Amino acid sequence: MHPQVRALVRRRRARRFVLVIIAVAFAALVMGLPSLAIFVRAFSEGIGAYVASINEPETLHAIRLTVITALIALPVNIVFGISAAWAITRFRFPGRRALVTIIELPFSISPIVAGLCYLLVYGSTGLVGGFLDQWNVQLMFNLTGIVLVSLFVTCPFVARELIPLMEITGRDQEEAALTLGANGWQTFFYVTLPNIRWALLYGAILANARVIGEFGAVSVVSGNIRGETMTLPLQVQLLYDDYNVTGAFAAATILAVIAVLTLILRSVIEARHPHVH
Amino acid sequence: MTFTMPIANRRANRSVMPGFGLTLGVTLLFTCLIILLPLSALFFQLGQLGFGDYWRIISSDRTLAAFRVTISAALTATVFNACFGLLLAWVIVRYRFPGKRLLDALIDLPFALPTAVAGIALVALYDRNGWMGMLLAEMNIKVAYTWWGIAIAMTFTSVPFGVRTVQPVMESLRTDLEEAAQTLGASDIQVFRHIIFPQLWPSFIMGASLAFARSLGEFGAVIFIAGNMPYKTEIASLLIMIRLDEYDFPAASAIAGTLLLLALAVLIAANIATGRAGRHLKRGV
Repeated sequence: MHPQVRALVRRRRARRFVLVIIAVAFAALVMGLPSLAIFVRAFSEGIGAYVASINEPETLHAIRLTVITALIALPVNIVFGISAAWAITRFRFPGRRALVTIIELPFSISPIVAGLCYLLVYGSTGLVGGFLDQWNVQLMFNLTGIVLVSLFVTCPFVARELIPLMEITGRDQEEAALTLGANGWQTFFYVTLPNIRWALLYGAILANARVIGEFGAVSVVSGNIRGETMTLPLQVQLLYDDYNVTGAFAAATILAVIAVLTLILRSVIEARHPHVH
Repeated sequence: MTFTMPIANRRANRSVMPGFGLTLGVTLLFTCLIILLPLSALFFQLGQLGFGDYWRIISSDRTLAAFRVTISAALTATVFNACFGLLLAWVIVRYRFPGKRLLDALIDLPFALPTAVAGIALVALYDRNGWMGMLLAEMNIKVAYTWWGIAIAMTFTSVPFGVRTVQPVMESLRTDLEEAAQTLGASDIQVFRHIIFPQLWPSFIMGASLAFARSLGEFGAVIFIAGNMPYKTEIASLLIMIRLDEYDFPAASAIAGTLLLLALAVLIAANIATGRAGRHLKRGV
């Protein structure tokens, strides 16, 4: 090899080594270490204390509430996402582009602002809340409020996965099925759904992670009633403020494990189905 | 010879795709109840306030201090993430090394990890008994319960924006231009400045503004480590919460509206500056 080329190669290798080291160091310091720290703190008083703090009635209740919220919010998200994608990609109508933009809006709105908006409409002094108040129906500071605000935070996820995909696949297959005599539902279940199922799952997994982890918006509309409207992230804060450090970190590990599972599932889908993203 | 289809036939042809009424109905109902109505309520509340009252709330010392803390920390986090985002994207796109997949997965962790967990994790790392906290204490640096804690929390939650917005563009860079420049004797720095960065800058700006908008509104990750001292380490989001607890809806709305418009202004400005509209980020928020 020519000495100049050799020098160039050596310089390149040295640069690669330095850049990789800096990148890894940054990622380890900013994200790796904090994640490790949660688990170290959670188990700092031993496995027994960890299990005991997870089994606290309040924490168990928070887990239950979080699961219920996700179980309600997810199907609604899926139905909305499919509806929006079907309407937007299969038809042309005035305001189509605007609708896409509006659906994406919740991504640029901070959680606390979102929670406040909900109080203003659905709280007892708000437009809708005040109307329902006459019949003693309360939407805020209970499960309804938590579900509603979770829907706001997560509604773009499924739709934004499906819209580009259904735009690409087009209407040909569905039109063929329809001309062969399939009805609308049959066409959807046998033609559309197989095409979009992985993108649907992908969006649902991301939405699910967000529902489970939402903190700010839920904090505003749930009223933070101890043992009642505490989802798991709120319970983490409550335990931490109570100086129950092991309890707080133990609850946090459950959420961290869910987050890691979400990432693993996501990369599995991405690896198998590159067209989904 | 012209051939026109009978009207009835043409209509049948157009409406072959079923479900327009149903899907659009569901979509519009949901969009109105879940997105539009709550957002318009905020603007309605702001409209009722009147400019004088709005100004009085916003120009109060505590609100101004909260905005100063929020914006300065968000800017710091953004600058940090824009630079490191570029580096991380470069390393992931151009190099192969052991642990690359793990690094790639780690970048998305802030998207998947609940903000409250991020917040409590940072406290675990930076408080008096934390690994970093102890290390920094020897150098007389305090991070937990200071402004630096806020900046670090915001950095954590907005890492993915800096990387994931630049990454797809970096993957599509034409290496032949770089090679041509190098054979013509350009230095590495010149290649980066004149060939690579001109292709990257729109996504670089977009990623930075997304990170900034996210940092402005970040709440969960910040409040654990901020110490939340009024005038010193109190962020705008927390002040909204405090005003809500006092049932002071006008003040909460004034601060929230300002925060919202600030974030939207940054995103719109970035969209205009980079000459692109709408969809830019390929991954969830």
